[in-house]
Amino acid sequence: MSEEKYVPKSKLAKWFDSRLPLLSLSHHLRSYPTPKNLNYWWTFGGILTFCLITQIVTGIILAMHYVAHTEHAFSSVEHIMRDVNYGWLMRYVHSNGASMFFLAVYIHIFRGLYFGSYKAPREMIWITGLVIYLLMMATAFMGYVLPWGQMSFWGATVITNLFSAIPFIGESVTGWLWGGFSVDNPTLNRFYSLHYLLPFLIFGLVVLHIWSLHVPGNNNPIGIEVKKNSNETMPFHPYMVMKDLLAMLAFLLIFFGFVFFLPDFLGHPDNYIPADPLVTPAHIVPEWYLLPFYAILRAIPSKLGGVIFMFASIFVLVGLPWLDSSKVRSATFRPIYRKFFWVLVVVVILLGYLGAKPPEGIYLILARIATAYYFIHFLILLPLLGRYEKNDPLPMSISDPVLDKPGAIDKFKEMAGKYEGENVSTFK
Amino acid sequence: MKGKMLVRLNNLFVKIFFVIFIMLTSNSVYSEENKSEFIKNNWSFQGVFGTFDRASLQRGYQVYQEVCSGCHSIQHLSYRNLSEKGGPEFLLEEAKAIAAQFEITDGPNEDGEMFNRPGRLTDKFVSPFSNAKAAAAANGGAYPPDMSVLAKARKGGADYIYSLLMGYEEAPAGYELDDGVYYNKYMPGHKIKMAEPISEGVVEYIDGTEATKSQIAKDITVFLVWAGDPHLEARHKMGFKVFFYLIILLTLVYLSKQKVWSRFGSKEIEEDEAFDKIERVVTEYEGEDPKTFK
Repeated sequence: MSEEKYVPKSKLAKWFDSRLPLLSLSHHLRSYPTPKNLNYWWTFGGILTFCLITQIVTGIILAMHYVAHTEHAFSSVEHIMRDVNYGWLMRYVHSNGASMFFLAVYIHIFRGLYFGSYKAPREMIWITGLVIYLLMMATAFMGYVLPWGQMSFWGATVITNLFSAIPFIGESVTGWLWGGFSVDNPTLNRFYSLHYLLPFLIFGLVVLHIWSLHVPGNNNPIGIEVKKNSNETMPFHPYMVMKDLLAMLAFLLIFFGFVFFLPDFLGHPDNYIPADPLVTPAHIVPEWYLLPFYAILRAIPSKLGGVIFMFASIFVLVGLPWLDSSKVRSATFRPIYRKFFWVLVVVVILLGYLGAKPPEGIYLILARIATAYYFIHFLILLPLLGRYEKNDPLPMSISDPVLDKPGAIDKFKEMAGKYEGENVSTFK
Repeated sequence: MKGKMLVRLNNLFVKIFFVIFIMLTSNSVYSEENKSEFIKNNWSFQGVFGTFDRASLQRGYQVYQEVCSGCHSIQHLSYRNLSEKGGPEFLLEEAKAIAAQFEITDGPNEDGEMFNRPGRLTDKFVSPFSNAKAAAAANGGAYPPDMSVLAKARKGGADYIYSLLMGYEEAPAGYELDDGVYYNKYMPGHKIKMAEPISEGVVEYIDGTEATKSQIAKDITVFLVWAGDPHLEARHKMGFKVFFYLIILLTLVYLSKQKVWSRFGSKEIEEDEAFDKIERVVTEYEGEDPKTFK
């Protein structure tokens, strides 16, 4: 199914659309052609949009009751939890919503890595996505500071102190972040201001992200470009809308499971202790979704080095479309890359685990190995694989019937393997 | 067909496993040394349908009032909370009478003077000390923490509080303790500045329940969990309704999705055909001459 051009039916619609093409846009969004073989890993884009809107809506309501002052912040959060009608619901949705947002974004990113969605001509989707991810981390970090509990305060202290490691300008940057000589009321105030601002920047970037998606169209699990004017695509509405909705509801079951039955499970108990600059917690740990970076930070023996590597671990992803020189997108047809992909997943989860452990003994050694592997994966393995990996035979198109379903591909390859040496190209 | 189902099921398991794995790793993150050692109790508020035991909450309030409130504040609770749904549910009159026992400093009045008046339902729980410094000074330098969210602010929550109250022991031989420091099995580091607060019969329960040490420890624990999470019951109830609703909606959306997708070139049939074809091909040509393979 191809996308037809919007033709206004009434004179009024024609008048309006020729001046402000909102109707055309709406038509485009509905009829946007999507590959028919998208699997459920592709539903996380919709889920993430939902997460962002949920965070903004609950956040705006929380902001009506929250007081950004060191004397009142903790109490005002308790006031929300106790005295504001359904305040507990808003706050638990917002705090668990952050975790769910990151859970979804990690799945979304790893899906992109597995199926090669960052490759030409989709580099800009990948890069706008990374900027969104960076802003998400900044927003989440500053949001965690707002309740002004022990972890809020000490987390803010640790992270803002990192910037002082930058040569020459470091001290000024830290002072600018603090608004004074230590983490204090001005810090809380500006973090609150920025925490309110950044989500709207994210929203704007999401528009760019989707815009850059709609130029080349979706990648798909096979990684072969779909033929636009064929039965390989289906209109976004109602097909993908229904599928996304179904996935979103399933996701909500997990989300609300936490909100209603384990609301403090993902948080740290110490953040229910009001901030005290004179008492340092035994272990200062960030929220779970930042732990891999925290592990990288602490794995490097020098402070500046740690900061550089931590930021590099994200910026290296910007170069990914060029580091991975393989023309084959989907890992389905890249037998060696596929193995390394899963190693990377394990390494990142391991880094997350190590980020929560004290940086000593075996934990420190493992963190160093995992950090080294993380960079080796992107900087050495991927360029080498692009050059030397022999990919499995590619199908002619996504509608090659034998390739429609999971399992089918394996059998296809099994068969192809058997007949290797024969004329594989005749295989159909 | 069977193979296909298995493959799908397998994929599903992989997905579920992946999600659970992430959840678990994030959990294990915070589980530290002595979490599992706490004494486990079957608390009525745990679980999906968990609710508080009203009588226990009311006794717990009595314990707080007679034992803890000498040193520990609960500054985020109001007297009205005592009569609210999901809490101890004292009668409104009882809660009013409780509030009236306390003297509140209010003002300034029209003459610019502060004055004392009896407490009202809308007042917050009166704190034993005017500030944290005064509290610390009166307690040998250790500040008795505010109990508003104490149950949430400690690893192990309810089990931790109960265990701590039951965990006072003679220090092991050779264990050095300063004056005013006590040995407690469950305190991180085993040193605590709070003397053993409860013992058998330290309160005489209004409802006639026998005031054993473990009963008192249980009641105050339940009370503190409620104090930290006064909407727990409302949350559980709403959670159940939300799940009920979501599952129905999920079913309906699933059916609609299937219906909508069936419009598109009957994809299911296509898949089945494709799969059958592969199976046929594989069985037919296993070990056969590849040239005939098509």
